[in-house]
Amino acid sequence: MMVYLLSVLVFGGLVVGFTILLIVAERYLTNYGVCNIDVNAGQRVMEVDGGQTLLASLIAEKLYIPSACGGRGSCGYCKVTVLAGGGPVLPTETPYLTRAEIRGGVRLACQVKVREDVSIRVPEELLNVRLFQATVVSTRSLTHDIKEIRLSLNEPGEISQRPGQYIQVEAPSPEGPVYRAYSISSPPHEPSIVELIVRLVPGGVCSPYLHSLEVGDPVVFTGPYGEFSLSEDPLVEIVCVGGGCGMAPIKNIIYSVYHRWPERVCWLFFGCRTTRDVFYLEEFKDLARKHPNFHVIYALSDPLGPNETWDGEIGFVHLSVDKHLDAGIERQAFLCGPPPMIEAVTSVLIEKGLREDDIFYDKF
Amino acid sequence: MSETSALVILIAAIFTNNILLANFLGMCSFLACSRQLDTAVGLGIAVTFVTGFTTALNFLVQRVLVTLDLEHLTYIAFIAVIAAFVQFVEMLVERISPKLYYSLGIFLPLITVNCAILGTALFMVIRRYNFVQSVGFGFGAGAGWALAIILMAALRQKMGYSNVPRPFQGVAIAMIVTGVMAMVFMGFAGMVNIQ
Repeated sequence: MMVYLLSVLVFGGLVVGFTILLIVAERYLTNYGVCNIDVNAGQRVMEVDGGQTLLASLIAEKLYIPSACGGRGSCGYCKVTVLAGGGPVLPTETPYLTRAEIRGGVRLACQVKVREDVSIRVPEELLNVRLFQATVVSTRSLTHDIKEIRLSLNEPGEISQRPGQYIQVEAPSPEGPVYRAYSISSPPHEPSIVELIVRLVPGGVCSPYLHSLEVGDPVVFTGPYGEFSLSEDPLVEIVCVGGGCGMAPIKNIIYSVYHRWPERVCWLFFGCRTTRDVFYLEEFKDLARKHPNFHVIYALSDPLGPNETWDGEIGFVHLSVDKHLDAGIERQAFLCGPPPMIEAVTSVLIEKGLREDDIFYDKF
Repeated sequence: MSETSALVILIAAIFTNNILLANFLGMCSFLACSRQLDTAVGLGIAVTFVTGFTTALNFLVQRVLVTLDLEHLTYIAFIAVIAAFVQFVEMLVERISPKLYYSLGIFLPLITVNCAILGTALFMVIRRYNFVQSVGFGFGAGAGWALAIILMAALRQKMGYSNVPRPFQGVAIAMIVTGVMAMVFMGFAGMVNIQ
């Protein structure tokens, strides 16, 4: 009997002793003291405790770098340019970086450890990204799996966004909060509201959470992110092509356009599978009655059911784009939908004389 | 107890009783980390360091266990000592040379399960070395492993330019080369023997 007790005691003592030694060693060996992070050549300088990841340090200093995976190095969103002090590029980063990016010093902020003074460059817009506390004011089912969720901002009370930008919603998960990107569908002239259009992804992390929200529930998000900016020239036509919940940025763009330029020419092509996937068609038809230069074209890709009526197009959406647009007019295009749709529409638009630089897209 | 001097044991552990080439212990990291010479040098140094110091530590731990009549704990205690020490080395390497830290990658924590290190500690017990002999043996075994992996890496770098038949490419040719190296090291066998 004694021998068992003694064995456990001796081995336990050994392990505890090593643990204490390792903790002490860690205190001294991984203590890097206070390090400075210089953002955009002196625009912001922050003092942080060394030893953390760059992403964690920046978020603690309220510089919200987009990140969807919570710093596990699996989304590749948290790219920043590290000019000095980042150490060598790690094998965990290389799958997410192109050769040009590696040469340019682009790193994943969640993999870079702050061990010395670091100087980084981030897009100007990220300095304006803030953390918002909001409350759900309404939810509405648009189709069987898409919901429109309107959030009213509490703190800060207003958001300054451009159409096409997105936010990162914080969703609870068993492994701590995760962040998922959603485009803002409400226009910038309603600064106290952020509206999202969310498709329920069965087994997803964030969309079941957003679909389960009820009026009055709190929501936390950071934003706005995204570099898209609308052409300011009213003579440039706007072409929006979307499918499914790709409606969100497009709705924002269209309402912003007609808020500022009531006469501007704007085309909306929207692809759905069947009539039960159609939403917002009546709203857009109303808008088109007020603004004759707004053209709404919805296309169904699946054949109609036996008792259904449909006065729109039938066939894939890129065929409608090809049919309705004349070549040779200066246009800016915004595409949002599944990758095959984006590719098909892009090649049609290029045939119609758009430059590749004027075609923006969001694949999902 | 063997009467051989610690220095002789050190030399013997490097050449005649090379832990890798005579006992074929520690093969996994030997094969995986011997593509680049500088990685091999780094890992060799780390293994030498860990083997040397853990053998000394394990000698003390084993003495305590023998006094308490707990010899059945030898294996698990050795493994705990090695694991803790590797953690320490990992922190040290990360601090001193981040570049080496990242090029070793997963193989640094995997030194824990490098059987050459546990093997050295167990040989020390079987051969009944005293403390000084154990330290000599530990560093010798580590240096012997380092020598083997460095030679191997140098050979494999050269092999990049040679025309290896397809079925033998990769690990296969590495195993063959290891076998040839082991035979070459047998040439030292007559010098001194520490069984």
